[in-house]
Amino acid sequence: MNERSRALTALANERWRISFWLTSAMLTIYFGFILLIAYNKPLLGYLIAPGLSLGILLGALVIVAAWVLIYIYIRWANTYYDKQLAKIRGDEQ
Amino acid sequence: MNTTLGQFNPLAISFFAIFIATSLGITYWAAKQTKSTAHFYTAGGNISGFQNGLALAGDYMSAASFLGIAGLVALNGFDGLIYSIGFLVGWPVVMFLIAEPLRNLGKYTFIDVVAYRLRQKPVRISAAIGTLAVVVFYLIAQMVGAGNLIRLLFGMDYNLAVMIVGGVMLAYVIFGGMMATTWVQIIKAILLLSGTLLLAILVLAQFNFSPLNLFQAAADKYGAGVLAPGKLVSDPLDAISLGLSLMLGTAGLPHILMRFYTVRNAKAARTSVMYATIVIGFFYLLTFILGFGAMVLVGQDGIKKIDAGGNMAAPMLAQFLGGDAFLGFIAAVSFATILAVVAGLTLSGAATLSHDLWVNVVRHGATDETEEFRVARAATLLLGVLAIILGIVFQGENVAYMVGLAFAIAASCNFPALLMSMMWRGLTTIGAVSSMLAGTISSLVLIYLSPTIQVTILKHASAPFPLKNPGLISIPLAFAVGIIVSLLKSERLASERFAEVESRIHSEEVL
Repeated sequence: MNERSRALTALANERWRISFWLTSAMLTIYFGFILLIAYNKPLLGYLIAPGLSLGILLGALVIVAAWVLIYIYIRWANTYYDKQLAKIRGDEQ
Repeated sequence: MNTTLGQFNPLAISFFAIFIATSLGITYWAAKQTKSTAHFYTAGGNISGFQNGLALAGDYMSAASFLGIAGLVALNGFDGLIYSIGFLVGWPVVMFLIAEPLRNLGKYTFIDVVAYRLRQKPVRISAAIGTLAVVVFYLIAQMVGAGNLIRLLFGMDYNLAVMIVGGVMLAYVIFGGMMATTWVQIIKAILLLSGTLLLAILVLAQFNFSPLNLFQAAADKYGAGVLAPGKLVSDPLDAISLGLSLMLGTAGLPHILMRFYTVRNAKAARTSVMYATIVIGFFYLLTFILGFGAMVLVGQDGIKKIDAGGNMAAPMLAQFLGGDAFLGFIAAVSFATILAVVAGLTLSGAATLSHDLWVNVVRHGATDETEEFRVARAATLLLGVLAIILGIVFQGENVAYMVGLAFAIAASCNFPALLMSMMWRGLTTIGAVSSMLAGTISSLVLIYLSPTIQVTILKHASAPFPLKNPGLISIPLAFAVGIIVSLLKSERLASERFAEVESRIHSEEVL
């Protein structure tokens, strides 16, 4: 294995690690919400403000959480990952 | 409330005619550029990230999510929202695990990626079985839905409606290929988003532009229970099983995965998932407003009188707020929604029949361009005619479970094999094949034994398998079978070529 392919494998592993943590975060948030629905219905029916139940707020927040996780990934990919890749490619020349 | 739904509506027909004329015009323009198989399958890879993001949204948001979820919320309150959230959470998974490596490793279908370092024939055949099962079940659900909706919306005969949808869709795909399909999906996404946005603004205008006032009005009219979880989720395992299928199935839908080949590179694939998730998330947030708006303004009894399932809640709301003209617009948008989804499904099924089965299995990869192009179009025709026939055969049947089944197969057959082929050096040909077959067969058998078929359709008192969706069993099973079978006997070539996969995950050319 030469140095470049070692760097590529390392970058691939790093990529999968980030992907794994972000995917786990999404799974935890979504299934946490589902489990609350299944096991603690009264809690989700609790009114925070007139018209706003905790369930509706958390539901909307799950969608927002998906956006936030995607934002984190895009930032990581655009700033760190793309640069590392360019660096490995640059070594070639 | 009086409604003109289901009667001849000249405005709806005019809006619809304008959409058909525009989209066929685009198809004519696209047909002139569709000169090669690469153009037919991927629009030559010239779609921008932003355009592909809109097209992904147009490919994904079916009439079931627009009309169905608005209706579910209108009739069940909070419980309906569980679905809208479930349909969104798969997108981050597509972003983190699938989109970019898929773009770099494949050419036309996701099966290219699974077969990359494994033996072509067995992998392509077993993956094609899963893909075609997903496409056919999804198509049946869409076609039957289309027939019913168009009958309700325009007062048109069911069979005629199914034939029009099938015929127009075939015109898009056969002549305009991916280019026409993409633009139909983009226009549909814009129409659907602006329609729902306008509807939501008109609803909120009645409530001082405060969603909370709207929710409060719903609670005043139907009790505070509409803002809390109700009966829909009674069994936690059932909810988790459905959730898993929706989440991981999104990352295994062949028509969604195929769209990543229409962009120039992995970075554009990344951008397109970002835009798709923004659009789809925003759309599902708006369904909160639409559903509760219909509940308060139209009323549950009025909605149930027209359609017991609540599918007409959004169109009735449109008529209440904007009269016949707005009803006509929303009806036409619903029709466009169905067309865009069936076009994407048919194209991905045709790509698997021609590229995966004909070219790589029957012809061992040795075909000329003209032949593949001809086979791809013939495959499209075949699937389109099949969709029309199945749509007519299944008229009046309860096909709602087929969407869940399509997601379950996508999550159990396609997703595990795709992920393992990209991540795990040890995956072997026999491992991938057994995993895909285990995923497909267990999904089919378990759904047959589930209450969905046994109780709802066959009217038996109980079902041998307790869960309504097989995902909780079939997805882990597919992973386990793939891993165990691969560990039993290693495949030297497959593991040697993994270095190539690791390199091409980052970039299309081998670095």
